Amino acid sequence: MMPSPDLDDLYAEIILDHYKSPRNHHLLDSPALSAEGFNPFCGDRVVLNLALDDVGRIDAVGFEGEGCSISQASVSIMTGLLKDKTLEEASALNTTFREIMAGAEVTAVMEDELGELAALEGVKQFPVRIKCALLGWATLVDAIAEYRKAHD
Amino acid sequence: MFDVQAVRNDFPILSRLVNGKPLVYLDNAATSHKPRQVIDALVDYYERYNSNVHRGVHTLSVEATEHYEEARSKVARFINAPEPEHVIWVRNTTEAINLVAKTWAKANVHAGDEILVTEMEHHSNLVPWQQLAAEQGATLKFIALDDDYKLDLSDLDSLLTPKTRIVAITHMSNVLGTITPVEQLIEAAHRVGAVVLLDAAQSVPHLPIDVQKLGCDFLAFSGHKMLAPTGIGCLYVRGEMLDEIEPFLYGGEMVLAVTFETASWAPLPMRFEAGTPNIADAIGMGAAVDYLQALGMDNVRQHEVALTRYAVERFRELEEVTTFGTADIEMRGGVVSFYLDSVHPHDLGQVLDSHGIAIRTGHHCAMPLVRSRLHVPATARASFYLYNTESEVDALIDGLKATMDYFGNAARSRA
Repeated sequence: MMPSPDLDDLYAEIILDHYKSPRNHHLLDSPALSAEGFNPFCGDRVVLNLALDDVGRIDAVGFEGEGCSISQASVSIMTGLLKDKTLEEASALNTTFREIMAGAEVTAVMEDELGELAALEGVKQFPVRIKCALLGWATLVDAIAEYRKAHD
Repeated sequence: MFDVQAVRNDFPILSRLVNGKPLVYLDNAATSHKPRQVIDALVDYYERYNSNVHRGVHTLSVEATEHYEEARSKVARFINAPEPEHVIWVRNTTEAINLVAKTWAKANVHAGDEILVTEMEHHSNLVPWQQLAAEQGATLKFIALDDDYKLDLSDLDSLLTPKTRIVAITHMSNVLGTITPVEQLIEAAHRVGAVVLLDAAQSVPHLPIDVQKLGCDFLAFSGHKMLAPTGIGCLYVRGEMLDEIEPFLYGGEMVLAVTFETASWAPLPMRFEAGTPNIADAIGMGAAVDYLQALGMDNVRQHEVALTRYAVERFRELEEVTTFGTADIEMRGGVVSFYLDSVHPHDLGQVLDSHGIAIRTGHHCAMPLVRSRLHVPATARASFYLYNTESEVDALIDGLKATMDYFGNAARSRA
């Protein structure tokens, strides 16, 4: 029989904190990038807005949405990490996070890069919930893809 | 006398542990478990007479055909269909409804006509009609819900018009448990010349059903919610309607004679069963019907009414929890949908799972109902069947208290 995964690994304190007090929980007035993500399996929803400065760095992030603690905490943590990153750096962070959800060990280097996002590592013990954790990131990928399509 | 412990002993899965705790399975509106008798029927088929039906002269094929057709007769008797031929095997309720939408309805619903459904339909009895309305230029109309989560029939006369071709309604809501007054609706629909399809996915497993007494034209249901395997279901068609329907799928098994250029159709019900059918699971469904009939559907219903009454009573202890469903337990199936402001249903389901308790969370494939009528993004749902007990309801209530504690404490520990 499978060992029972530990609930406290899923609902780390940082996650519940972000769920109850989400950061950057507002939409931007004139976002350069915007996308809506939806998880039809459980009805979770995220709208993500990004603004860029003159050199193309993310200088403001905002989101709105509804859903479970994992989906909303994950996007809240993500918004904090995106500030001052280029779109390339944001995409790289997305790749790293997806690797962890797919089972990669978190190295010390990664931990630096991930910050509070490392608290979501416990989600990978609950395969059904990985989609929840990735919702905000999938929305980010969509927003970047749309932006590039319009500007390339 | 209905002996729930004896019933439980017939279901091998009920003795397994989940996360180290005894399984408390309260997701029966999604699918039911299978008794040993049904599992044995499948094994017996595969071990003793596995063969294709309706073609070989050899012994195995003859035996397979006999069992397969006997299962059809059992299901027909179970719903009191006048003839076995009025029961068509399909994969599930969804396929049964699509069969009607793509055949009878496509030929009989035209531009300007109306299709009447309710606000509490499962997507499987909504999306096919949306599609048909769009394709044919017909209008889709809805019977609304009242404040007690029952159908509001006050303006039925304006909803049902001579333009109404088909009324497609759930017999029992999978989200609310509401049992719809189908006798009244069928009579009213027939008065304006409309035909009636009942989505009976939730009712046939839990209520005594008599299609002749109901007078419905179509009745769609799935095996897997009534102790039978997945992948098998039925469409009952009222006898007079059968000749009005063109085949749904074309191929082998459904033909009488074939030339290079053309073909003629086999008699009923094979006309609707192209290709090798799901023989094993149809036989399994026959065994499931035997099992339910031996217990008696009146007894099954009584057991569930008592359990639902107990559950609704116990939910009242939880002040923070909102429940959705009619207070009239006699008009309600064994379903309790609920919502908690402080814990998202998905998280609730996760914590309950750690206690071995299985419930469903989400929009239950009834997104318009949950979002636009219940005004919540999702609900949690406990749904009962003949093997559930009051002590399992107690486990759910304890689990909910523990969940609220868990999230409450997690918040407090940082304060």
